[in-house]
Amino acid sequence: MNRALRAAVVLGAGLLAALLVAAILALPVPAVRLPALVAAHLPASGVTHPVTAVLLNFRGYDTLLEVAVLALALVGLLAQSPPRELTHAPSPGEPVLPLLARVLVPFLILSAGYLLWAGAHRPGGAFQAGAVLAAAAVVLHLARLWPAWDRPGRGLRLGLVGGLLLFLAVAAALLAGGTLLRYPPQLAGTLILLIEIGLTVSLGLLLAGLFLFLAEPRSL
Amino acid sequence: MSSGLVYAVVGVLLFVLGAAGMLLLPHLLRKILAFNLLGSGAFLILVGLAQRDGGVDPVPHAMVLTGIVVAVAATALALALLRRLHALSGRTQLADESADE
Repeated sequence: MNRALRAAVVLGAGLLAALLVAAILALPVPAVRLPALVAAHLPASGVTHPVTAVLLNFRGYDTLLEVAVLALALVGLLAQSPPRELTHAPSPGEPVLPLLARVLVPFLILSAGYLLWAGAHRPGGAFQAGAVLAAAAVVLHLARLWPAWDRPGRGLRLGLVGGLLLFLAVAAALLAGGTLLRYPPQLAGTLILLIEIGLTVSLGLLLAGLFLFLAEPRSL
Repeated sequence: MSSGLVYAVVGVLLFVLGAAGMLLLPHLLRKILAFNLLGSGAFLILVGLAQRDGGVDPVPHAMVLTGIVVAVAATALALALLRRLHALSGRTQLADESADE
């Protein structure tokens, strides 16, 4: 890229920044007050934390598609048949890492369970719990305590897509009501918890899979 | 100027920095990093603008939470593609750019 073009890009970026800042400062207050709307419908959502209510009830289809995107990314990652020389096994015979994993992983799983349960009424939920589970899965794999990642069997595959399938099943069952993912208010809390449990397991495995298959390509 | 607006303005700067980085940096790993910076800027704008008048809006929060997870997945896929390109051709830049430099 030559110097003039480079200067033009920098100049353009500066101009864009100035324009965007001016636009943000001049932005009028939105006509629709979303926080008030969310607060008004919170009692019917089945949970008491507004972010969880938005994620899994009011805009549940966002979350449904998001898990599909994650699964798609993993499939895309695995579809690029990796060359052999990039695979490497972590060095065996390390005593510290397995010990650390044995101590850490139960606490990680416990934290994930708490985060999942807390999501209904305070910050937390399936995504945060899934991220913690993913960390636990990576630690287990690095310590060679979870060989399932080397040769993924039926259980791991089911775990990877289980959350999405469960979510889809709930969405399909509720489709009889005429609207996508409109939970009946008396069942909403239970359904959201059920979906969140499935999502936590699947998100954890998917995130760990994205990390581990990228670091250490194997065929699924 | 409320603190929410400050966050939004910082988000704009990160967004523009990321956009310029994507155009200027030839190495694909740097492009992926710049793309992530651009995305983080967009998230910061969304969350910052939503609370510029004090209150917290759960709708942008939920959208950003969704966006972060999608960005992680997209980054992983991009890295896998980059590694595949490197394994096949030994290059870490796009073809026309390496001819340009």
